[in-house]
Order: sequence, then C-alpha cells, then structure tokens
Amino acid sequence: MLADTTAPGTEASTTASTGGPTTSSGRPPRSLFAGRPRPGEAVIRLVLRLAAGVAIVTTIGILIALLIPAIGFFREVPVVDFLFGDRWAPRFADASFGVIPLVTATAWTTAIALLVAVPLGLGAAILLSEYARPGLRKVLKPILEVLAGVPTVVYGFFALQFIQATVFREWLQLDTGAFSVLAAGLVMGIMIIPTIASISEDAMSAVPMSLRQGSAALGANRMQTSLRVVFPAALSGVMAAVVLGISRAVGETMIVAIAAGNQARIVTGPLEQGQTMTGFIASAALGDSRVGSLEYDTLYAVGLLLFAITLLVNFISIRLVRRFRQAY
Amino acid sequence: MMRSLQDSLAGAPTMPLKTGEAPRERRPGPLIFLVLLWLSLLIAVVFLVTLIVNIVLEGGSRFGLALFTEYPASSPDRAGARPAILGSMWVIGTTAVLTIPVGVAAAVHLEEFADKRHWFNRAIELNVQNLAAVPSIVYGLLALAFLSLLGVRDKNIVIGGALALSLLILPVIIIATREAIRAVPSEIRDGSLALGATKWQTTWRQVLPASVPGIATGSIIALSRALGEAAPLLLLGALVFVSFDPNGLLSGFTTLPIQIFNWTGRPQEGFHELAAAASIILLGLLLLMNGLAIYIRNRYQKRW
Repeated sequence: MLADTTAPGTEASTTASTGGPTTSSGRPPRSLFAGRPRPGEAVIRLVLRLAAGVAIVTTIGILIALLIPAIGFFREVPVVDFLFGDRWAPRFADASFGVIPLVTATAWTTAIALLVAVPLGLGAAILLSEYARPGLRKVLKPILEVLAGVPTVVYGFFALQFIQATVFREWLQLDTGAFSVLAAGLVMGIMIIPTIASISEDAMSAVPMSLRQGSAALGANRMQTSLRVVFPAALSGVMAAVVLGISRAVGETMIVAIAAGNQARIVTGPLEQGQTMTGFIASAALGDSRVGSLEYDTLYAVGLLLFAITLLVNFISIRLVRRFRQAY
Repeated sequence: MMRSLQDSLAGAPTMPLKTGEAPRERRPGPLIFLVLLWLSLLIAVVFLVTLIVNIVLEGGSRFGLALFTEYPASSPDRAGARPAILGSMWVIGTTAVLTIPVGVAAAVHLEEFADKRHWFNRAIELNVQNLAAVPSIVYGLLALAFLSLLGVRDKNIVIGGALALSLLILPVIIIATREAIRAVPSEIRDGSLALGATKWQTTWRQVLPASVPGIATGSIIALSRALGEAAPLLLLGALVFVSFDPNGLLSGFTTLPIQIFNWTGRPQEGFHELAAAASIILLGLLLLMNGLAIYIRNRYQKRW
C-alpha cells in the first residue's frame, strides 16, 4: 500500500525535473514567477472550496430545519409555558408542553455520567501522560479507543439488561423499576471516559517538559508535579474536555432511550425512571407524526433546545481550547 | 534536601551524590495516587470486559448461521438479522461514497489552499468544530426535514439514512484528514514547488499520497462510528418490520443497531438473546474496523 502511494509521487518529481527549464529544446525561457494560466486548476480549487462550504450549508440547514417547525410550535405554545412548565404530556387530551421534566431527566443522567467520567477520565489521562512509557501507552490507548467505539445501542442493552436488571435489582436488591437514570448515567459515564481522557491527555502532553524538570529540580515527586504543575498548566484544556463530555452526555440518545425510561416526569432521585430530551425525540419518532402537525413540530422544538444547549457548551469549549493553546 | 546535600559534601566525598529520586516516589501518598490512577483505567477495562462477556454469554446460544440468513419474525426461534446486516452494508457503503470525497476535498482546501484570515475559511473552521459536537439525533431531524421538503413520502430509504450519517461523520473525516495533511513536512511541498510543480500538482502527487494512511485511519474510524449509530435513522422511521433484502438507494431498510434496539424493546427473553447475538456481530465488525485502523496507523504512518 505504501509502495502504491509513493510511486506516483516519485515519478512525478522525476518528470518534473527532466521537463524543467531546458535550454536545448529552444523554447524561450519563461519567467519563474509568471506561471502558465491553468483553468483546470481554478476549477479544482472551486470544487474544493465548495466541498468545504458543505460545512456551512449543513449548519444553516440545521438552523432552518429546526427553526421553521419550532416557530410553528411556539405559535401554539407560548415560549414561557414551554421552558418553565412542569408537566410534559404532548399526546394527552389536555396536552401540556412544559419541558422541565425532560430537562430534569437529562440533568440527572448527565450529572451521573460526569461523576463517573471526570475522575476516571482524568486519572487515565494523568497515567498516560505523566507515568506511562511509550510502549505501555501504545497498548492502553487502543483499549480506550475500543471503549469509545462500542455502539451506543449495545451500551443501552447492557445498561438495561445487566446493570439495571441484574446488578441493581437482583444483586443489590435496590428499590427501582425496570428503568433508572442511574443505570443510564453510569453506562454513559463509561462511554464518555475516552473523550475526556484523550483530550485532557493532549492538553497535559502539550505542557512543556521544562516545567516538569523545574518542578523535579525543586524536589517535587511525580504526584506533586502532576497535580500542582502539569494539571494547573493544562487546566483550560482539561475544562474543554469536560465541557465536551457534557455535550456528548446531553446529546446521547440510544442509552437513555433504552435504559432511562419513557415516562416524562420530574426526576427527584437517581433510582427513578425519566424521559430525557433526546429520549423524547427518539420515542416520538417511533409514532407516526405527520409533517406540520403539532406533534411533529414538538420534536423540533425540543431538538432546537437540545441544539442550543450543545452549541453554547461547544462555544465555551472552543474558547477554552484557544486559551490553552495560546499559553505556550 | 539542603541537609542531605551538605552531609554528602562534608561527610563522605567518595559517596555518589544522593539524588533522592526513589524514596520520594515510594512514600505512601504518591503510591496511593499511582494506585488510584491505575484503578481508574482498570475500572474502564473491567467494564469493557464485563460488557463483552455478558453479551457473548447472553447471545452465544442464538449466534449461528440462522442469524445471518433468516428474516425478522414474530417468534424469536425463527428470527434472524439478514435484512439488517444487508441494510447496514448498503447504508455504510453509500455513506462512504458520499462523504469521503467531500471530507477529503474540504480538508485539502482548508490546509493547502485556504487563506486562513479570510472570513469564509474562518467560518468553515468554526463550523467544522461545532458540527463535530452536534448530537447525532439532530442530524436525524435535519434529514427528516430535508426529505419532507423534497416531498418524499416514505422517508426510510437507504439514501436518506446515508445522507444523515454522512453529515454526521463529515466533520470527523475533515478533522482526521487535516491532521494527516498537516503531518506531511513542508520540505516535501517546497521541494515539489521548487521543481516547477504547481500547487495542485504538489497536493495531488506529493501531499495526498503521503497522507493516505492517516486519511484511511480517520475514514475507517468515522465509518465505524456511522455503523454503530442508530439515533438519526430512528427518526427516519427505520424501526420497521423489514422482511426483504434492500436492493438499491431508494429501497427501504433497517440496520443492525436499529434491529438490536427493536429486539431489546420486546418483552420476550428470546428476543433479548437475539439482541445480544446481533450485538456480537456488530461488536465484531467494529473491533475489526478499529483494529484495521490501528494497524494501518502503526504500519504505514511515517514519522518524518
């Protein structure tokens, strides 16, 4: 494969060198700076630019796709009732569209996931960045990547069938139903570990070696160096990792759709079931909702709220990463 | 520290200077810290192993030829995942064809041609970063709205699912390709340009061939993410009873993750075993793809 890919390259450089400025051919020498106009390359550049523009078109598409049905929704349901109402029952006869129950379920699963993922992810990051030798790192990093590669639907199945049904109900005899935000949050936390670990490891590895050497020269051991020198120096990168973890947890769908529950009620404890924002979108999509109906528009109103939250969180993350890049 | 230094200077000049490295690392505090670090990684690994063992134990009895050849059925004893496997192949194949050329082209533009100060290119960069973190289900909402706009009545079609997944993994491919291109040293570009090649010839004949391993690794990982993704397809209505083989871009489909979701939601225990068995296929495929990506990265990626 390597031979295949480098062959055209070497061939190109040899033809370029033989076809270069030859005096024997009798052609008048061209100026070095005035290249022959190449309309083909202009077309290629345009195509490349258009391909890059797909990113902008996608964002605009998402905004339009979410906003138009959401505006239709907010014509019928006041924004205040949506954001601050505490009863979510879109399909009942006396329909109510208060999104607070969905938000509490999302907040619970996200908080539980972060409680798991932040300490474990940072621990793994410090181990990989400050302690592990290159050989060990080469073994450990793929394991984390596999953890990130497990499909979320498989995580959801595991959360429902093993964590909730077997561990919580059979082994620990916990007072909980078929679903709980705890099971979904725990498994989601494990899912997010690689995200937090790899980004914070990058941030810690970017801390200059001279800081570590200075710290060691002052008599600090590796723990003190890691916690009091490297960690504070990489803090904005670590924060960015945590923030990205939050946005992954808020947006995760399949685990919560399978294991968190499907009744939208305000969640007051980790062993209760609850429907998250993404869980609602997934379950409502299963029903047959016609385009333009209030049910269809409801999907997009919740989707817009979800998008707004993750967008806000992402901007914070991008800002933080920029700050830590400028530091050195 | 000062004392030990003075002692060693005054007392025994023949003794080597004590660096004190070992004792400081062997105190209880640092040792407990190191144990905690290992524990955090160990928990993740134990969890992963438990998950795999649990899935294999639960689904092992249903894992067999019938799973690959049979169609879904109302009884777990006769049900299989054949249309879901074929559907996954159709959707992922289409996604790859749609998204890899666009992603690579966009990355080439951003790395090789774009003026970084131009507002258009800065907007693209910001967008790519943002899109990478947009929840997958939002792409489902986008695809659903787009197909509704076109007036497509039956939205559960291969091309619709591939569209949603393509937009989902496009930022991943762009970011991976950019990193691969950035890793090619500028001396190679300078050399090519100095020999009279144009910017595009340099990109096409030098930079891109040199970054193929990185692009391949990134693309495989992105496609494996698309293969395991269910949420956007759920919105298009892929959770249906498909008892035929998908045979084209406009064909109805279901995929392996959707089939697993479907079986997980059934009350009978037999379907849960089927869900675990289908999960074995999916996990196997993903491990294979991830392994291939890691192999390509270790085997072919050059350190310049």
